[in-house]
Amino acid sequence: MTSYREITKNGLWDNNPALTQLLGLCPLLAVSNSFINALGLGLATTLTLVSSNLIVSLIRNWVRQEVRIPVFVLVIASVVTIIELNMQAFFIDLYDTLGIFIPLIVTNCVIIGRAESFAAKNPALKSSFDGLMMGLGFTLVLVILGSAREIIGAGTLFAQADLMFGETLFFSHPKDWVIVFDKDYGGFLLAILPPGAFLGLGLLLALKNIIDKRLAERVSRTVTLENAVRP
Amino acid sequence: MKKILVTALLLGLFALIGAGLVAYTHYKTHDKIEAQKIKKRLRSLNKIVRPDEYDNAILDDKIEITDRATFGTDKAVSVYRARKQGKPVALVFTAFAPDGYNGDIELLIGVRHDGTISGVRVVDHKETPGLGDGIDIRKSNWITGFNDKSLTNPGEPGWHVKKDGGQFDQFTGATITPRAVVKAVHRVLKYAVRNRDRLFRMQKTVPAHNTTDKP
Repeated sequence: MTSYREITKNGLWDNNPALTQLLGLCPLLAVSNSFINALGLGLATTLTLVSSNLIVSLIRNWVRQEVRIPVFVLVIASVVTIIELNMQAFFIDLYDTLGIFIPLIVTNCVIIGRAESFAAKNPALKSSFDGLMMGLGFTLVLVILGSAREIIGAGTLFAQADLMFGETLFFSHPKDWVIVFDKDYGGFLLAILPPGAFLGLGLLLALKNIIDKRLAERVSRTVTLENAVRP
Repeated sequence: MKKILVTALLLGLFALIGAGLVAYTHYKTHDKIEAQKIKKRLRSLNKIVRPDEYDNAILDDKIEITDRATFGTDKAVSVYRARKQGKPVALVFTAFAPDGYNGDIELLIGVRHDGTISGVRVVDHKETPGLGDGIDIRKSNWITGFNDKSLTNPGEPGWHVKKDGGQFDQFTGATITPRAVVKAVHRVLKYAVRNRDRLFRMQKTVPAHNTTDKP
């Protein structure tokens, strides 16, 4: 049985959907051109993961092996459509910017992957928690990539926050949250266009591998050190 | 055999529950989504004609006309009519510039009853980012250069980009896009001035979905 600690570590780092499993890259690369877009898609995906994992886990004992995949797909498609309708009703501007990538969450392999490999075998609470952590891990990568591309490509951060948070929120105006680093910055188009997404993701992957390698080295060093001290 | 039947029934049951939930959400959010879409359309119209310039329900005061040579499409385009105390104020046209660098450029063009342009916005385009996309208000305010222009200001020769001897700026490295927009706006403006009285007299189109979609 996996512990909550393990699930957290798995979702956010060890088995991160975007950086380790390399799943769901199509929306990740397409939508990560600004912080708000990335956050919007990340949260919608997280919500889908939590709901689909929860439902799949609840029905796992009734679904026969032969039809489990169609049933999971059905669950996911229903969840995504419900989220899509609600987004249209409450965040229509954000919905319009994210466009086709909201309905396409259905085809995000992370979601069917977690349903099949985790939720189908684990109790409801743990499965929802796994969905939450996997979703947050995905969102984290999206947001880092989105922020980096927005800063380098447009010289701003948090632009168009009103798409998500409305005209006013707690006495502040999300429209004014935007940070402009350099007014005369002409923009660096490459970062906003698809190549920027590939380069950015490549750099993030490299960074994670370096950190993992350092961590592994440190662990093996302490182990050898302990071995050297022990006898 | 029995096993297959049970499995099939189970699958059918899940499909029914799923479809039921989606149908329920659709029913619950339908009105809200419609309201949001209308609000959004009104917001974009209000950038073309200032809300204090008119007092009618502009979204309902809509006619549909087909004119390929003017609007760049074979389909009927929507024309919204703004009035104040019953008097004609402005017409807002949807039009396409078919000769952009990369596909159609969809425009919203407002023409006041006195023949001046109240505003132009690009609704949708696929022009090259960084070169042609300056026509988009989010990238530059080039498009506001049309404000208050008319058929006499500038005259016929002025309605071109500077490269063609007119008075509208082109962008560095991109002439085709602004040229297409200038031409489309000019075409619609000429059409509006020629037909404004007829357009304001036309019977408004009743939206077909409003009556049938409600349960």
